[in-house]
Amino acid sequence: MKKRYLKPTEDPLWLKLILGAVTIGFIAVLLLLPLVLMFKEALANGLNGFWASMTEPDALASVRLSLIAAAIAVPLNTVFGIAAAWAIAKYDFRGKTFLVTLIDLPFSVSPVVAGLIYVLVFGMQGWLGPTLADHDVRILFALPGIVLVTIFVTFPFVARELIPLMVDQGRDEEEAAATLGASGFQTFLRVTLPNIKWGLLYGILLCNARALGEFGAVSVVSGHIRGVTNTMPLHVQLLYDNYDYAGAFTVAALLAMLALLTLALKSLLEWRYADELAAAHRR
Amino acid sequence: MKRLLSLAVAAGLFAGTAAQADVTLLNVSYDPTRELYKDLGAAFAASYKADKVTVNTSNGGSGAQARAVIDGLQADILTLALAADIDAVSKNAKLLPADWQKRLPDNSSPYTSTIVFLVRKGNPWKIKDWNDLVKPGIQVVTPNPKTSGGARWAYLAAWAFAEKAQGGNAQKAKDFVGNLYKHVPVLDTGARGSTVTFTKRGIGDVLLSWENEAHLALKESPGQYEIVYPSRSILAEPPVAVVDKNVDRHKSRAAAEAFVKFLYSPQAQEIEAKDFYRPRNQEILAKYKSQFPNIPLATVDGDFGGWAKAQATHFGDGGVFDQIYQPGK
Repeated sequence: MKKRYLKPTEDPLWLKLILGAVTIGFIAVLLLLPLVLMFKEALANGLNGFWASMTEPDALASVRLSLIAAAIAVPLNTVFGIAAAWAIAKYDFRGKTFLVTLIDLPFSVSPVVAGLIYVLVFGMQGWLGPTLADHDVRILFALPGIVLVTIFVTFPFVARELIPLMVDQGRDEEEAAATLGASGFQTFLRVTLPNIKWGLLYGILLCNARALGEFGAVSVVSGHIRGVTNTMPLHVQLLYDNYDYAGAFTVAALLAMLALLTLALKSLLEWRYADELAAAHRR
Repeated sequence: MKRLLSLAVAAGLFAGTAAQADVTLLNVSYDPTRELYKDLGAAFAASYKADKVTVNTSNGGSGAQARAVIDGLQADILTLALAADIDAVSKNAKLLPADWQKRLPDNSSPYTSTIVFLVRKGNPWKIKDWNDLVKPGIQVVTPNPKTSGGARWAYLAAWAFAEKAQGGNAQKAKDFVGNLYKHVPVLDTGARGSTVTFTKRGIGDVLLSWENEAHLALKESPGQYEIVYPSRSILAEPPVAVVDKNVDRHKSRAAAEAFVKFLYSPQAQEIEAKDFYRPRNQEILAKYKSQFPNIPLATVDGDFGGWAKAQATHFGDGGVFDQIYQPGK
């Protein structure tokens, strides 16, 4: 019988099996099982119960609030991300590294701190609070505060995705366009945007996922008014604490489904445009 | 004008939940009153004829809620766990006068409660009184007195018990309470958080709980828990107040004042008793007397010289609680 030799670059079968089993086991126990249990708990009162919890006015209000916050925060951070990446990739100036570090700040700051700094600025004991109150402008414990902290925590996503991509691409194509007589806006629309579109979409998806899911920072500035300033994650906790477990897991399942949808879109992008995205990930 | 604009935006955003309401009141309340004020808010909205009124509620640890109102949460009505937290709003944000507690009957507390023990079915550790809580191996669940009102009442109840048992020796009372907090594995920020820790997460052997919160836990999971009344507890008076500056700004004073008066009406007192709060109305209290056993109760005015003093001595920065509780030790 001919003995089979392993190539030097090949791992033995037992190692492959063990690594595979550990990975699958981990994912099953830590990710899939809790997800399945969550959907099971959400359906504890049947499909009708699930529907009733989902269409309950306070639950709907929380969905609406989360979607509004994301709908404002994500476009703003998209515009900001493109502007920042453009400035950093295409121009040379002093303090560039410092600017990149600043953009990364929300990644490293705890969300609770993110919430509290807005309390310091806009709170009644804070810097701007009393002046704003005199003019009947409400920031904290209302929609504007929730949108502001959401923008803060999702600030780096688009920029972080675009900066390496645009640095990598350099400015040759833009310069070529300029010498051919294109205006700045034309250059952006016809040259830059097509080059970065997949990286941009990827950044927007991540940004959106975080905007919908943020808990800590929003919790600090929300005021927890049921049906008014509770976002979806906050409403999940409220229902859970109210002994309404089926309701809590219904809203949680809804959040999870939004996340799964984002994940599916992301996978689709990765599968369809693997090469261009690979460039986006070279950091 | 800006306020009108933001109102219009708010009305647009939340159309369907609050569109027809002429007056919206925000009741900022403490943690375990979620069910109570849902019931009371609905009953008030149905009985109040002057306006179409909606009562929104925000719940959380009493101290944390006071903090939020000080920072600008637009409460029309405060229904907190203890007077010191409304004092803090009055003192730090000047939203209502210092003598707010004299404006309504019974120390502005339409209902009272007390602190009881919630133990697991069959009372496996035979916990009967405060002394049993400091036996080796017993784990006690109670929230953080810095943020939770119920936790402060529980702390004072333990202190009052120990001081009386030790013949008025304050140092021995301090040692007892210090020892008690060595048995606490986790301090949640609010009463409901602690209840969830004890019931859903299964942590601890005994929960120091509001009487109403303990009854609610029994109702939610029949047969799993038992209530133990200690030999002596404390008369907890959760007060209510209209937040003057905010109601004037919102033009909601008439409805807000009607709401706090409504809490003393027979209809509301009946709802409070049903949700396991001890009503002030003697007839209604008598009707529900089987669920409110009569035990000796210390009072914060009689035994601790009032909330202002108790708050500063025990719960202020560097106060007795800070001296006896060191996390992780």
